Amino acid sequence: MAEPLLSVRNLTTEFATERGPALAVDNVDFDVGSGEVVGMIGESGSGKSVSALSILGLLPTPPARVRAGTAFFEGQDLLRLRASELRRIRGRRIGMIFQEPMTSLNPVFQIGDQIGETLRVHEKLGREAARRRAVELLDRVGIPSAAKRLDDYPHHLSGGMRQRVMIAIALACNPRLLIADEPTTALDVTVQAQILELLRALQRDSGMAILMITHNMGVIAEFADRVVVMYAGRVAETAPVERLFDHPRHPYSQGLLDATPVLERVERRLRTIPGSLPTPTGIDPGCRFAPRCELAQDECSRARPVPVAIAPGHAAACFRTDASAQWRLA
Amino acid sequence: MTTPLLEVEALSKTFVLPGRTPFARSAGAVRAVDGVSFKLPRQESLGIVGESGCGKSTTGRLVLRLIEPTAGRVLFEGQDILKLDANALRTMRRAMQIVFQDPQSSLDPRMTVEEIVLEPLLVQGARRDAKLKQRARELLELVGLSAAHAERYPHEFSGGQRQRIGIARAIAPQPKLIVCDEPVSALDVSVQAQIINLLQDLKDTLGLSYLFIAHDLAVVRHLCERIAVMYLGRIVEMAPAAALFASPLHPYTQTLLASIPAAHPRDRRTRPTPKGDVPSAMAPPPGCHFHTRCAFARPRCSAEVPALRTLASGRDVACHFAEELEEGP
Repeated sequence: MAEPLLSVRNLTTEFATERGPALAVDNVDFDVGSGEVVGMIGESGSGKSVSALSILGLLPTPPARVRAGTAFFEGQDLLRLRASELRRIRGRRIGMIFQEPMTSLNPVFQIGDQIGETLRVHEKLGREAARRRAVELLDRVGIPSAAKRLDDYPHHLSGGMRQRVMIAIALACNPRLLIADEPTTALDVTVQAQILELLRALQRDSGMAILMITHNMGVIAEFADRVVVMYAGRVAETAPVERLFDHPRHPYSQGLLDATPVLERVERRLRTIPGSLPTPTGIDPGCRFAPRCELAQDECSRARPVPVAIAPGHAAACFRTDASAQWRLA
Repeated sequence: MTTPLLEVEALSKTFVLPGRTPFARSAGAVRAVDGVSFKLPRQESLGIVGESGCGKSTTGRLVLRLIEPTAGRVLFEGQDILKLDANALRTMRRAMQIVFQDPQSSLDPRMTVEEIVLEPLLVQGARRDAKLKQRARELLELVGLSAAHAERYPHEFSGGQRQRIGIARAIAPQPKLIVCDEPVSALDVSVQAQIINLLQDLKDTLGLSYLFIAHDLAVVRHLCERIAVMYLGRIVEMAPAAALFASPLHPYTQTLLASIPAAHPRDRRTRPTPKGDVPSAMAPPPGCHFHTRCAFARPRCSAEVPALRTLASGRDVACHFAEELEEGP
């Protein structure tokens, strides 16, 4: 297999808190192949956003500290780059979009200037050339009468339009990788459908890779080629998307799929995962899911499970993958 | 015919926006809820769905008279709650409670769980004796917490547990109706399922009716017998849950359902993506509010407001061309 575009190994990030260090990301490994759409799913505190922000060097330090790991992107370890070197990659080779388009845009600058800024900084375009490119970009992300919109301020736009502007900025320099952190979470469902469709079309045209971070199984089902399931700072399972939905092998992935209400499967009762998410300051020697896991045995709380290969591209960090194979058969 | 538990007639609420400076003229008005009518039979639940700004939460608050409507009637067991004085309203509220979205901000951080859960009873004049304290513990157990939690404070609980406390408070006065305003939206999926099941259990064991307000249609589908779809302040369609999902009639309902992400990658959406954004509630399009985004819109749609009417098939739809859409192409 070709070298992945992004290869993250042993990523470990902690936050200093009053109660001691909190391990937000704990030895996380994942890859994003060239042109691949990887969905990273997890609930709050799973470490999915912190993983992305760690790679991009966007966490405030302190309190955050990337304690260990490597993140190779196009031959360079992003975690070892100087701030100035990383700035040249961020926004140019790696684009980013975030959940809240209102807070990601600067309210006092016209959107044409905000798109142009990226082009002037990274591509050294002049003011006029940057404006022309900005119109093309707005057009490409589906903003009607783009030339007229350049002088609008962010508050003139709806949430969906703002997210389109964010996407235009992220794509300004034709990045090879787009990191999208919950880009549709703040949007209504009809607008979410539009944004997902836009991202998919742009991805197909440009061949860029996307790392889509979400808590929504539906977004994963719609959008991802491959899935990384995160739980409490660790990778629980990775699998091609259809395999994850048909044959999840980590009990947490199974629980997550069963707990998600879907229109097509209206049972009287949803299966639930008992208990609640663990706190990041607790140090567990074993599997972090063990206290909530129906299949847990003694060894699960004693040692940390390593990923077990189940099929090509499919691995689950679980001691009980033999037992979990019986999912939904019971 | 027996009186429905709740009957809402032509309910409207207009919010007047303040001007930019204290003495300036008003910046305009928003018809957040615009002539909403529905009936809720006993022990049945109605889901109200729609996107942000459609007026679903305002409707919930109007029904409880937490805000005063601009026009319309709210009959609870046949009695118009808008005509009640403060005392009578307080008594009436025993039977109608609410669960809010954010369990963080809807629980007083300085009160113990016992005080929170008993507050609706104490407001009604109950004496805080051993029997009442025992009642608090029963309520906590009913919602899946333990009696030992009674002396603790909200910050000691997780989000899901806090929502359980909010539910215990709502069922304390033995209500008949609970308005649930996005009660699971702020929760993680694994916890959300627990709360959905709890609400289902309480509905069955206590014979409750929910007015369930949510943007997540799958959640509503689980808990409600009937569903009303709102768009910019108006109900555009109302139907039994199964019928609504099997054959949505209003073009907006169709759009909304078509936008829901697939449940399995095999079933990825191939349907056309909805066009445009929801227009501003301050300046909704004339006629049918949806005509600017509707694939079937005709001249009449921008001129005349379609009323919510019952078709020959028994379906309630607010569309001039509902019969044609029902027949299909």
